[in-house]
Amino acid sequence: MAHRFPALTPEQKKELSEIARSIVANGKGILAADESVGTMGNRLQRIKVENTEENRRQFREILFSVDSSINQSIGGVILFHETLYQKDSQGKLFRNVLKEKGIVVGIKLDQGGAPLAGTNKETTIQGLDGLSERCAQYKKDGADFGKWRAVLRIADQCPSSLAIQENANALARYASICQQNGLVPIVEPEVIPDGDHDLEHCQYVTEKVLAAVYKALNDHHVYLEGTLLKPNMVTAGHACTKKYTPEQVAMATVTALHRTVPAAVPGICFLSGGMSEEDATLNLNAINLCPLPKPWKLSFSYGRALQASALAAWGGKAANKEATQEAFMKRAVANCQAAKGQYIHTGSSGAASTQSLFTACYTY
Amino acid sequence: MPHSYPALSAEQKKELSDIALRIVAPGKGILAADESVGSMAKRLSQIGVENTEENRRLYRQVLFSADDRVKKCIGGVIFFHETLYQKDDNGVPFVRTIQDKGIIVGIKVDKGVVPLAGTDGETTTQGLDGLSERCAQYKKDGADFAKWRCVLKISERTPSALAILENANVLARYASICQQNGIVPIVEPEILPDGDHDLKRCQYVTEKVLAAVYKALSDHHVYLEGTLLKPNMVTPGHACPIKYTPEEIAMATVTALRRTVPPAVPGVTFLSGGQSEEEASLNLNAINRCPLPRPWALTFSYGRALQASALNAWRGQRDNAGAATEEFIKRAEVNGLAAQGKYEGSGEDGGAAAQSLYIANHAY
Repeated sequence: MAHRFPALTPEQKKELSEIARSIVANGKGILAADESVGTMGNRLQRIKVENTEENRRQFREILFSVDSSINQSIGGVILFHETLYQKDSQGKLFRNVLKEKGIVVGIKLDQGGAPLAGTNKETTIQGLDGLSERCAQYKKDGADFGKWRAVLRIADQCPSSLAIQENANALARYASICQQNGLVPIVEPEVIPDGDHDLEHCQYVTEKVLAAVYKALNDHHVYLEGTLLKPNMVTAGHACTKKYTPEQVAMATVTALHRTVPAAVPGICFLSGGMSEEDATLNLNAINLCPLPKPWKLSFSYGRALQASALAAWGGKAANKEATQEAFMKRAVANCQAAKGQYIHTGSSGAASTQSLFTACYTY
Repeated sequence: MPHSYPALSAEQKKELSDIALRIVAPGKGILAADESVGSMAKRLSQIGVENTEENRRLYRQVLFSADDRVKKCIGGVIFFHETLYQKDDNGVPFVRTIQDKGIIVGIKVDKGVVPLAGTDGETTTQGLDGLSERCAQYKKDGADFAKWRCVLKISERTPSALAILENANVLARYASICQQNGIVPIVEPEILPDGDHDLKRCQYVTEKVLAAVYKALSDHHVYLEGTLLKPNMVTPGHACPIKYTPEEIAMATVTALRRTVPPAVPGVTFLSGGQSEEEASLNLNAINRCPLPRPWALTFSYGRALQASALNAWRGQRDNAGAATEEFIKRAEVNGLAAQGKYEGSGEDGGAAAQSLYIANHAY
């Protein structure tokens, strides 16, 4: 083994680790507002709003101009490229609006999927070309963290070892490049919920994927204390006939994480995938109440699960601004409570009743 | 990826995890009394005693006749094959004496190192042939855990990628086989302290080695909750001119572990390598006072660092047996305190002064 060549100086490490910790401090989580133009098209179509740049700007403005107290629930916001350079109605850049509220600005960095030939429709992710220069520019333009989403699916022969290895490697290259440019990389190896597999199978796959991701991060000399993980929760496939409680989801999820994610990682911010707003909150709460050792913060990085009600309340009309902001603030606060295991679902008796539903962990 | 084929049933997992937790219960560690015939030759020649089977029996009797004071600080004892079948002067098998104290019996199962051709003097470890049958027999004969030592060394070009990969793989095979037979595997990837490298170099190498070990354990479907890790502390090489404090060693060690050892592992039982008895205790104590979050038990699995004074006091004379046993009990109690960060040292500054000596972890 050659002598090591430190990838980062102590000052660079300190900066990255402080950014990462501030995003997930005190139950705070992330608003994933980085929907690409195409994805925003899907969202807007459902509320019958035209997918124009102005409409996208207006919706994001409503969210970002919410009262400053949002900074107690939201530690970071992920933006799409277009949004990083948009301004509010007073001509102030969105990124400054957020920064003034003490919220860290992040930027989606990947450039979508590309097929892996010879596999059962599996993909890797593009975006490494010129990534260092792009990161440097984004850092100048106010971003302090990046996000890159790799996708794996459970099906016949999937995920294959090639798909796991290739996506883990691409994530590690992205993470390494981000850190060189002062951006904290959010590492997102999403195992999608499509399929009829059960909870145990998702747990098995998630453990294999995360083990590969952390080996790749180590191989690429990534500084774990200056990263965040954005994984799927461990759930059954959408078409699975068996139903599981939030406690079962929580136990399977935390078991998988504690077998694979080193304690040096400061925070794990779950994606919501296709979950409803309420399920995403209930599951996060159960995760934080799970009686296994949890040395990282367990928080959220939600897109739909923070914005669905807000979008519906907006309907494209400026007059609905207050209702939209209220809907958004309500989800943000609920998820912050869930990230501390303090979410009281109306109709349940709180933590006590959830505790008793945990099955002993050795069966997982 | 095929559906998972569970390696262990829920009952097997529970048994393994219970054993592991009992060994590293708070304040407890391991006595490594598994010196091979060859290693015992070196120890005994240092005190002028002939290396006969009877002398080896008499010496282990000195250790195993320790009174109930060891119950609170020794959770497990590692035996060599020969010793597992020896008895004390009254015909009581050593295994029974140890078990009657509520201490768990372990067995060394590797068969020593062999060269890796094409490397700079590097080795792997043999012992996999017929290992399952041997484990089954040892389990019947009273052993509930096992130990297998791999060896890596630091120099200009080592450890090589092959040495790391091969040793990690062989450790994972051994661990898998042990668990199939109800035996908790202690995984020992020792990086020798030989050389003039500094603390940082040892930390870097330790991180690479441990990342490979945990990837191999994941690939081999080993149940982490039913294993223990026996690593080297992160220290400078013996010939390094720079001197480091226990706090610096502690910070480097805990940082390396936090970056690589999943929280599911219940305990880390350090080897003492060439450290003196006092050094080994002070370092363990500093490790347990290190201000970084530590999700596993951090304790000892000491050979020389528990036995050096006892051996010296004994010098092969029956009349010295009592005094020698006292020396052993003394070190066992000291290390039991160190495993809780409660050892005040032999006349040195207590905790308060030492706390301020921890260098912030982003520097590591």
